[in-house]
Amino acid sequence: MRGATHAKWAACAAAVALAATACGGGGSSDSGGGDGSSVLSASWGDPQNPLEPANTNEVQGGKVLDMVFRGLKRYDPKTGKAEDMLADKIDTTDSQNFTVTIKSGWKFSNGEAVTAKSFVDAWNYGASLKNNQKNAYFFGYIEGYDKVHPDSGSQSATTLTGLKVTGTDTFTIKLTQKFSTFPDTLGYAAYSPLPSTFFSDHAAWLKKPVGNGPYTISSYTKGSQMKLVKWDGYTGEDKAENGGVTLKVYTDNNTAYTDLMAGNLDLVDDIPASQLKNVKSDLGSRYINTPAGIIQTLAFPYYDKNWNKSGSEKVRTGLSMAINRDQITNTIFQKTRTPATDWTSPVLGTEGGFQDGLCGDACKYNPTEAKKLVQEGGGIPGGQVKITYNADTGSHKEWVDAVCNSINNALGNDKACVGNPVGTFADFRNQIGQHKMTGPFRAGWQMDYPLIQNFLQPLYYTNASSNDGQWSNKDFDKLVDRANAETDTSKAIKLFQQAEGVVRDNMAAIPLWYQNGSAGYSDRLSNVALNPFSVPVYNEIKVS
Amino acid sequence: MGRYVIRRLLQMIPVFIGATLLIFLMVNVMGDPIAGLCGERQCDPATAAQLKREFGLDKPVWQQYLTYMGNVFTGDFGTAFTGQKVTELMSTAFPVTIRLTVVAIVFEVVIGITLGVLTGLKRGRPIDTTVLLLTLVVISVPTFVTGLLLQLLLGVEWGWIKPSVSPEATFSELIVPGLVLASVSLAYVTRLTRTSIAENRRSDYVRTAVAKGLPRHRVIIRHLLRNSLIPVVTFIGTDIGALMGGAIVTERIFNIHGVGYQLYQGIVRQNTQTVVGFVTVLVLVFLIANLLVDLLYAVLDPRIRYA
Repeated sequence: MRGATHAKWAACAAAVALAATACGGGGSSDSGGGDGSSVLSASWGDPQNPLEPANTNEVQGGKVLDMVFRGLKRYDPKTGKAEDMLADKIDTTDSQNFTVTIKSGWKFSNGEAVTAKSFVDAWNYGASLKNNQKNAYFFGYIEGYDKVHPDSGSQSATTLTGLKVTGTDTFTIKLTQKFSTFPDTLGYAAYSPLPSTFFSDHAAWLKKPVGNGPYTISSYTKGSQMKLVKWDGYTGEDKAENGGVTLKVYTDNNTAYTDLMAGNLDLVDDIPASQLKNVKSDLGSRYINTPAGIIQTLAFPYYDKNWNKSGSEKVRTGLSMAINRDQITNTIFQKTRTPATDWTSPVLGTEGGFQDGLCGDACKYNPTEAKKLVQEGGGIPGGQVKITYNADTGSHKEWVDAVCNSINNALGNDKACVGNPVGTFADFRNQIGQHKMTGPFRAGWQMDYPLIQNFLQPLYYTNASSNDGQWSNKDFDKLVDRANAETDTSKAIKLFQQAEGVVRDNMAAIPLWYQNGSAGYSDRLSNVALNPFSVPVYNEIKVS
Repeated sequence: MGRYVIRRLLQMIPVFIGATLLIFLMVNVMGDPIAGLCGERQCDPATAAQLKREFGLDKPVWQQYLTYMGNVFTGDFGTAFTGQKVTELMSTAFPVTIRLTVVAIVFEVVIGITLGVLTGLKRGRPIDTTVLLLTLVVISVPTFVTGLLLQLLLGVEWGWIKPSVSPEATFSELIVPGLVLASVSLAYVTRLTRTSIAENRRSDYVRTAVAKGLPRHRVIIRHLLRNSLIPVVTFIGTDIGALMGGAIVTERIFNIHGVGYQLYQGIVRQNTQTVVGFVTVLVLVFLIANLLVDLLYAVLDPRIRYA
C-alpha cells in the first residue's frame, strides 16, 4: 500500500532530525510522597545564582541560607539587633584588630565540627577573585583583599593575610581601616562557615548544600522545589518549631496567591500588587504588612554638570517637595509603603540611627514652596525632568507616572516631568554603569545588615560600590571615616547621623518611601512573622 | 520520495543557521548579560570582567556565535547563570512541555475535528450556528483570560482541580492547562474542518461513493474526511511548534515548569545561553513538524507525489 510507505518515510525523517539534536529525555523530579503533618509549604523563586553563601545577593537564595546556615552573629527577627550566635566573643581594643572565639560543640549536619578553620576557609573562598563570588566585596575591609581580589589583572594571593587561625576555636581578623561596627556586619549570610566537603566535592555540595542551621535539605529539584526538614541534631537554641518547609518555585506571584486561596499552599511572602485591594478581606488577620529594610529613592547623575552646579540642591529639594508621597503610597501601594522622612529605614530603630522626620519640610508636599525653590535654583535643567526606570519588573511605571503627575501639578507645567522607561533591568543597569543618565533615576536599596552605616556608606561615599550617581562630598566622607573609627557604638551612630545631615542639606538623593514586606498564610499556620529583610522567620512558624 | 526527504533535510540547514543567528543577535542587543546577572547591585569590575571571560562575552559577537554553534553540534548548549547545564534544563523542561502539547493536540484533534465534521454536515442548522458562535467567542477571548478564569472557577471556587501544577506535571494535572492552551487553535480546527467538509460534500467522488451504496459512516470517514483533512493537518502541524513555544502564558498561569517557564526566566535574567538554546531546539521542532506535515499529505491524498 502506497500510504504505508509514505508514513514510513515520514517516521524516518523525524528520527534522523531528532538524532541530530540529541536532546536528552527523562525528568528528574523527586516525588517524595505526601506532606508530613507539620511540614508547611511556602512560595519561592528560583535563586539566580548557585546557592553558595558568598554568591547569593538576592532574597530567594537568602531564604534557604537563612534556614540552612548560622553565622557568628544573627539578626534578631524582631528588633534586627545583631546577637551572638556561634560567636562566644569578639574582642577588639582598636576597632581594627579583632579576635573571634567561637562556641564549641557546633556541628554541620554531616557531623563535621564547626571550627575557626570553617570560617576562615569560607571567607577566603568568598574573597578570591577566581571563584566569582558576587558578595566578595564584603571581605573588602579585611587586610590582603587587594591581593586576592585586585580591581584589574590577576590575583597574586589566594588567602587573605588579615585572617589567621590561632586555635581550633579562635581566629583573628585584621582590617585595613578602623571599622567599629564590623562585628555587627557578621550576621550577613556571606560570612557563614562552610564544611570541608564544600571544597573537596563542590559539585555534590551545590546539588544539596550542607550547613549548620536548624534545617537540612532533604531534596532539591533545581528550578522546581526544595524540601527542607527539621534537623534534630541542631545545636542552637532557635530550633525549628515545625517539621520542615517545602519551598515551591512560582513564576508568577499571582499563581502563588491563588494557590494560597485554594488551600494548596501555606505561605506566600510576596502579595501581588493587583491583590492588595482584596487581601484584607481574603485573609483578615492572616495578612502581615511590616516594615523591611528597604528604601526607595530618586538618585541624580552628578557626572552631569547640569545637576551638579551651585543652586542645583534647591532644584532637587524643590522636586522633593513637589512629590505627594502620602497620596501615592495610599493609592498606588495600598499602604505597603510608608512615606520616607529620612535616608535610612525604620527597622533600624531610633537606637540604631533611624531619625523620623530628619528630612523635615523638604520631604513634605508643598507645591508653592516647591515652585519657588525650583525657580530660585535656576529651573529644571533642560526644562524637563526625565525619571528613568526599568519597565520589566515591579510596578515602577505606575509610581513614576504618579510622581511626575505630582511634580507637574505642583509646578503648574504639564511637561515638567516625564517617565523614561528602559526595556530591561539589565539595560537599565548598563546605562547607569556607563553614566548615561541625564536626569533622576530609580534607586532602591535593600540593606545587607541592619546598620545605619549600610544605608549611607555604600550609597553616598565617594566612589562607593553603589554610588551610582557619583555623588561626592568631603564633609560626608570625613564624618563617615570618623564614625567608622569610633569605638563607642552610640557615638559612631551619632556621627553617621551627622553625615546623613550632609546628605539632607545637599538633597543628594530624594527619599521616596520605605518599603514594607508583606505575606499571607493559611489557617494551619501561626506565629508567622517577617524579619527586617522581609524574609519569613521559618523556624518559628507553628503548624497545627 | 527518498530524494525528496533528503533534499528537505538539507534545506533545513540554512534555515537553521539563519534562525539561530538572528536569535543570537537579538539576544545580544537586549543589553549586557553580566549587568542582569549581578542584579540590583553592580558586580565589582574585577568579578564582572572575570565572568565575561568565563562566558566568552569579551569576544566579538561573530566569534561568540561560531563558538556557540561549534559547541551545539557537539551537544553542548552552554551553562546557565545558575550553574546548571542548559541541556540539563532542557531535559527537565521539554518532557513537561511535550506532555502539555500532546494534551493540547489531542483536544484539538478529538474535539475540533468532531465538531468540525458535525457542523460541516449540518450546515445552517441550529447546531452549526451555536458551535460557530461559540468558536467565535473562544477566538476573541485571549488565552490568559480563559486561563485565569478557569483557574479561579475550577481551582478556587469549586475546588475541582489544584490551581497550580506540581513539578511532576502528570497528564491528569495537565488536562485543564492543555484545554486552555488548545482553546484558540481548537476553534480554528473546528472552523477549518467545517468549511472543508462542507465544500467536499458536493464533490464527484463523494457522490460516486454514495451511488456505490457505501454505508454512510464509510463515506464520511474514508472518503469525505480523509480528503478534507489536508488543510487541517497543515494547521495542526505548524501549531505543534507554536504550542510548544507559545505556552509561556499558560505555563505562567498554572506554574508549569516547562519550556515557556525557562524561556521567560531566561529573558528576564538576560540569560543568553538559555534563550538561544531553547529557541534553537524550538526552531528544529518547527522544521521537523513542517516536514512531517508535507509528508503526511501523500498519506492522505494518494494523488500527491513527491519528486
